Amino acid sequence: MFEALSDRLETAWKKLRGQDKISQSNIQDALREVRRALLEADVNLQVVKDFISEVEAKAQGAEVIAGVRPDQQFIKIVHDELVQVMGTENVPLAEAQEQPTVVLMAGLQGTGKTTATAKLALHLRKLDRSCLLVATDVYRPAAIDQLLTLGKQIDVPVFELGSDADPVEIARQGVERGKAEGVNTVIIDTAGRLQIDEDMMAELARIKQTVQPDETLLVVDAMTGQEAANLTRTFHEQIGITGAILTKLDGDSRGGAALSVRQISGAPIKFVGVGEKVEALQPFYPDRMASRILGMGDVLTLVEKA
Amino acid sequence: DKTRRGILNQLKAIVGQGPLNQAAVTEIESLLLQADVGVEATDYIISALQKKLREDVTPPEEAIAFLKEILRHMLDEPLQKSHKPSFAPEKETLNIWLITGVNGAGKTTTIGKISHLAKKSGYKCLIGAADTFRAAAVEQVKVWGTRSGVEVIANPGKNTDPAAVVFDAIAAAQSRETELLLVDTAGRLQNKKNLMDELTKIRRIIDKKAPNAKIESLLVLDATLGQNGLRQAEVFSQAAQLSGVVLTKLDGTAKGGVALAVVQQLGLPIRFIGAGEGIEDLRPFSSYEFVEALLSG
Ligand SMILES: Nc1nc2c(ncn2[C@@H]2O[C@H](COP(=O)(O)OP(=O)(O)OP(=O)(O)O)[C@@H](O)[C@H]2O)c(=O)[nH]1
Ligand SMILES: Nc1nc2c(ncn2[C@@H]2O[C@H](COP(=O)(O)OP(=O)(O)OP(=O)(O)O)[C@@H](O)[C@H]2O)c(=O)[nH]1
Ligand SMILES: [Mg+2]
Ligand SMILES: [Mg+2]
Repeated sequence: MFEALSDRLETAWKKLRGQDKISQSNIQDALREVRRALLEADVNLQVVKDFISEVEAKAQGAEVIAGVRPDQQFIKIVHDELVQVMGTENVPLAEAQEQPTVVLMAGLQGTGKTTATAKLALHLRKLDRSCLLVATDVYRPAAIDQLLTLGKQIDVPVFELGSDADPVEIARQGVERGKAEGVNTVIIDTAGRLQIDEDMMAELARIKQTVQPDETLLVVDAMTGQEAANLTRTFHEQIGITGAILTKLDGDSRGGAALSVRQISGAPIKFVGVGEKVEALQPFYPDRMASRILGMGDVLTLVEKA
Repeated sequence: DKTRRGILNQLKAIVGQGPLNQAAVTEIESLLLQADVGVEATDYIISALQKKLREDVTPPEEAIAFLKEILRHMLDEPLQKSHKPSFAPEKETLNIWLITGVNGAGKTTTIGKISHLAKKSGYKCLIGAADTFRAAAVEQVKVWGTRSGVEVIANPGKNTDPAAVVFDAIAAAQSRETELLLVDTAGRLQNKKNLMDELTKIRRIIDKKAPNAKIESLLVLDATLGQNGLRQAEVFSQAAQLSGVVLTKLDGTAKGGVALAVVQQLGLPIRFIGAGEGIEDLRPFSSYEFVEALLSG
């Protein structure tokens, strides 16, 4: 499996022994190892390239701290830069001035939108924010049943008009209903769609245009490979996203997609999905994600102590 | 757009008609990495290519032809070994196809498509709805059963034991002289020990209850997946004794390059590809088409 980056860097930094500065010439092997590690973690190649040149610039001339091995110090620079790119802090869900807050869920097929819709509602209910779920996936077999079942599990109402209605119209009426009933937040589940499917993307754009959401969340599977960059770019350009949810982080993927999503859209990852159950939603923490992508954890504490 | 120009034109832009140089090789490397082939498999392919380049003066056309040959060889290798090249259920006997994979990969949809194809091809078919966990999973597979005209065996109780459903489905298949029983299972991440144990149990029941059946155990891989796909194949292979792979969602722009590593390292043939959400969107795997698409940028 994956060799921890820290092990591999140690070899790369052997030649640095006795040197007191990180310079362009002595850094190349280490940068190559970082590049490899990021690619193995599924960070998009283009994103890796940009990231590496950023790290190279940051590392130039950094003093080697006494008592800290240069490889460890270098990892810290890489880690800090990752955290920086991924947004430093957790960003909570938007709340509109005037109720209801409208949240639109979007993403490729099977990423976890419907599950995340229910998870978000449960999360908000714990914050005393009431919810209404809106079922606009009229395409996937039993998609509405799925949302109804989840709604029942968490005791949150679901608005639906069956599978013959127009998704745009369902969304519009759903928000109307939420408003009429004084609900705090309306969460709109949508059908999965490929970013190259023009008709389906146009439909999503119309839904957004119609309901003017306060939050448009791209739901991305943490196991996604290089495609994370493409899909994020297109959803962001054609729909406009305000945040993302990274799902299936309870797996053993390294989750490099997180970096691609953030770098390409600039929008924060707000939550992560960590299980199939409706409770399995957590806030996103960039530092934890950075350690996960690099496949390491303890080196940082070492550096911090020095 | 550079990525849409096709690899051959890209290489020609770098080296003209001359032999391939390092810049051109780097271009090929990038293409493979961006197709999710992964660092290790890419290294393997690139070093094979470089070996060839050291031996001959190689213009772009020839280099690409050689590259395609390497890739196709990797993909067709398992068929040279133990796995039979053509893939269809055997007539007049019970075939059981166990469909497995991580969450949301496309298992249920693939079952819908296969049942339709099998029905059209004149097989007596049955579906076992052994995803007893996910919300509305049974309803979903029942819709597919209705679409393809294939009956679905399910247990109406909530959170019932999936192994019990499989048991019932096999009994039904045996008493009706079913030729193809398709078993839908719940999505599970390969690092969940209890869920993988559950899968092992399902597999064991199939082996025990239908000892004379022709069993295929297929892993559904989403083409959008990155390197975790390899880990999935390793663990599912252990738990469910995989005999092949189905690669879904190839109608998008993702290339599914991780499948190369899966085929190479686990010796599992790719049997079908999914290229859409419709009932007809299933095709037999062709290494030729896969490689052409992989290198089309
Ligand atoms: N392990 C795990 N499974 C998840 C998570 N989120 C969703 N799932 C599972 O992933 C599968 C797909 O989830 P859905 O919510 O149906 O995905 P979707 O995006 O709505 O799918 P479509 O509507 O078909 O596009 C289901 O099996 C879910 O149980 C997660 O965080 N962890
Ligand atoms: N574009 C595209 N979408 C597909 C393909 N195969 C399946 N899907 C979609 O992917 C989503 C998930 O498919 P399912 O068949 O429910 O996947 P699953 O593996 O059974 O999911 P779980 O049972 O929840 O683990 C659905 O929206 C399908 O319509 C395909 O080949 N192309
Ligand atoms: Mg859904
Ligand atoms: Mg399913």
